Amino acid sequence: MTSAPEPILSVEDLWVRITTHHGVVEAVRGISFEVGREKVGIVGESGSGKTMTGRSILRLTPKSAAVTAKRMGFKGTDLLSLNEARMRDVRGNGISMIMQDPKYSLNPVIRVGEQIAEAFRVHHKVAKAEARERTLEMLAAVRIRDPNRVYRLYPHEVSGGMGQRIMIAMMLIPEPDLIIADEPTSALDVTVRMQVLDVLNDLVSQRGHGLIFISHDLNLVAGFCDRVLIMYAGRIVESCAAADLHNARHGYTRGLLNSLPRLDRRRDHLPVLDRDPAWRDGPVLS
Amino acid sequence: MSALIEVNDLRVAFGHGAARVNAVDGVGFSVDAGEVFGLVGESGCGKTTILKALCGLNRAWTGEITIAGQRLTPRREKSFYKLVQMVFQDPYGSLHPRHTVNTTLMEPIRIHGLDDPNRRIDKVLREVGLGPDFRFRYPHQLSGGQRQRVAIARALIVEPKVLLLDEPTSALDVSVQAEILNLFAEIRRIEDLTYILVSHDLGVVAHMCERVAVMNHGAILETLGVDDLMANRCRHAYSRELLESSRGYAHELSA
Amino acid sequence: MTTGTGIKAKRGGGLRAWLMAEVAETVMQARLQRAYLGWLRFVENPLAVIGLTIILALILIAVFAPLIAPTSPSAQNLDIRLLPPSAEHWFGTDELGRDTFSRVVHGSRITLYIVLLVALIAAPVGLVVGTISGYFGGWIDTILMRLTDIFLSFPSLILALAFVAALGPGIENAIIAISLTAWPPIARLARAETLTVRSSDYISAIEIQGASAWRVIFRHVAPMCVSSVVVRITLNMAGIILTAAGLGFLGLGAQPPSPEWGAMLSTGRLYMFEQWWLTTMPGLAILIVSLAFNLFGDGLRDVLDPREQ
Repeated sequence: MTSAPEPILSVEDLWVRITTHHGVVEAVRGISFEVGREKVGIVGESGSGKTMTGRSILRLTPKSAAVTAKRMGFKGTDLLSLNEARMRDVRGNGISMIMQDPKYSLNPVIRVGEQIAEAFRVHHKVAKAEARERTLEMLAAVRIRDPNRVYRLYPHEVSGGMGQRIMIAMMLIPEPDLIIADEPTSALDVTVRMQVLDVLNDLVSQRGHGLIFISHDLNLVAGFCDRVLIMYAGRIVESCAAADLHNARHGYTRGLLNSLPRLDRRRDHLPVLDRDPAWRDGPVLS
Repeated sequence: MSALIEVNDLRVAFGHGAARVNAVDGVGFSVDAGEVFGLVGESGCGKTTILKALCGLNRAWTGEITIAGQRLTPRREKSFYKLVQMVFQDPYGSLHPRHTVNTTLMEPIRIHGLDDPNRRIDKVLREVGLGPDFRFRYPHQLSGGQRQRVAIARALIVEPKVLLLDEPTSALDVSVQAEILNLFAEIRRIEDLTYILVSHDLGVVAHMCERVAVMNHGAILETLGVDDLMANRCRHAYSRELLESSRGYAHELSA
Repeated sequence: MTTGTGIKAKRGGGLRAWLMAEVAETVMQARLQRAYLGWLRFVENPLAVIGLTIILALILIAVFAPLIAPTSPSAQNLDIRLLPPSAEHWFGTDELGRDTFSRVVHGSRITLYIVLLVALIAAPVGLVVGTISGYFGGWIDTILMRLTDIFLSFPSLILALAFVAALGPGIENAIIAISLTAWPPIARLARAETLTVRSSDYISAIEIQGASAWRVIFRHVAPMCVSSVVVRITLNMAGIILTAAGLGFLGLGAQPPSPEWGAMLSTGRLYMFEQWWLTTMPGLAILIVSLAFNLFGDGLRDVLDPREQ
């Protein structure tokens, strides 16, 4: 493993099984990985288990899902052994999650500034005025030009890009060690997407957080992350440095990359991914 | 070689009084028969609104739209819908959840009183790469890509001349996107079709189209050939920014 | 015996596999699969199953009332007036010596008759008004919804009373009156549902196939509203039963010798303190049946309401 010497999160043999009327669906099938103070991308198509992986770390899986693992170590404690009260403390304080659409993650009737300040005060016993100060600093840190004005806005008054920056501010203000971002920029326009990613990149590198970046966009992950895990059918099929993603060796990763329409040359026919049944249980390439 | 579709000074506004917003503000373009024309831009730039005005879903427009020599009015005759069809963005929302594939495909046949329904359904299902055993499935038994194929079959069954594509692959996985994009190319080889493709994804537009109009704030900034777009020979700074952002994250940093 | 059950179990397994098959081969199979999955979700809710059982029992009792009831509901025998419940007269007898059990059993027919007719009148009317109003919008919506508001602004019992007063007492008029008060909430619901369905892509898609407005409403919009309307009307059954009983109690519904539960309550109240069974038995019947419809409706909502899924 090429990760940092002391990982923040180490997951060993994680399984997520979902019970449906048609039987048990294995959404995640025995994956192991570590995250240090780095940006780790998890890529895969819908149904590959990438979202379930992120959610199972924070125990945010649906009721019908059973999560098991040999170990899910977070800074020396096993997350699986924590009770619900201790887990609540970990959520937000230790590990935060940034969702795809800020519209559904912010309370529509509370000013955004107050929501961020509240997120801070839940985990730090400080006076309201100090929380406000910290919130304004944080809003400035996510490059919001007029923090004082934005503090007083309601969620419906902010644009998609600003909403996602507000979400980042809210998730980062308790200084978590690990951030899980599930498709944080998929709902944004391409030009706005780059600004939001810049903000996230700066904060994560400056403050030394660990970041799990879940996405379906290979090009984006290749440019943004340090390391990439490629998931297929509930398993990690390949793990490589993000810079080497375009030289990936696994048939699935190569197939995905080839099937993307390209801006530099035209092809009459896009190569279609030919799914090899051996990928389901083949070895992990790294 | 006259244009199949001509749009002049198209305007669409939403709201009234002070809250009035011009979603489309004096847009004009023309598309030749057999061409694939792209409309690119970010959300809210008015590209989908143009499609809705073209296909008759939005009736609150002013300006001139001519398709196949017919000057269109906001209200359309039934025969118009045999000429122009549309494929929607979200395959999860564009199929009636209580209707089987068969019912979905029977509806246009019944509406237009077409003959030989079984032959038509079999033919169109084969054309979009679905076997006849898909006929009695409900949408919830289909994957996203299969749903989009059914939606394409529904559009093709009336044998239209113009297909309007509203972000037809943006809700799909990249491997499925490749299949659907290939399908569009194949269909165009078999049928005599003209496409207008709306997308925010320059990669998709560059792959599919011959000419592209870049839109921003309800107006077309420039119309250019796809080769010019790919070679970054855009005149507008906004088009260049769009192109740079589409190339990926690292490119933005180095720019 | 054992081989019999073995074969049965085997056949059941085959049926189950057919119902759970990934691919339906016919429309019939596709429909049955849907129903079976709904049934699986329904039986997860034990209270709803209890509700369904009671309703099925009510239907059976109503169908076989003459066989179940020991005597005719109107057979008088003044020698056995006001007897308390006993082995011979399970629910006791009333002031004219009629067997209360037989009357309650026969009363189930009247209750079912009222409930079914009201549902058959109110649900389609509400569905049609609501979907038309929601789909067309504009002045059609304004007119239909103001009309609905007028009906909604009166308490339903008062409105039903007014109609019965105008039409004259009797069970048919009671049904008409209750139906008139039952459709407006359904119309409101169908309209709200239509507004969300109307803006979806599959409705746009059928519109640009060239479908007429009526075709869109009745073939594409209405089927999406039917399930919530069915849920709502089932939950409203309790209210309908109570209104019917209320009208009966006030002497404006079913008329005396008829064993309608409300009317039985009404006559029984003269003897409430000494002969408690005369009010308790029909009262319990009303309570149990109303409760059953509520429980059943709740379970049905879990299965049918698309928003819950």
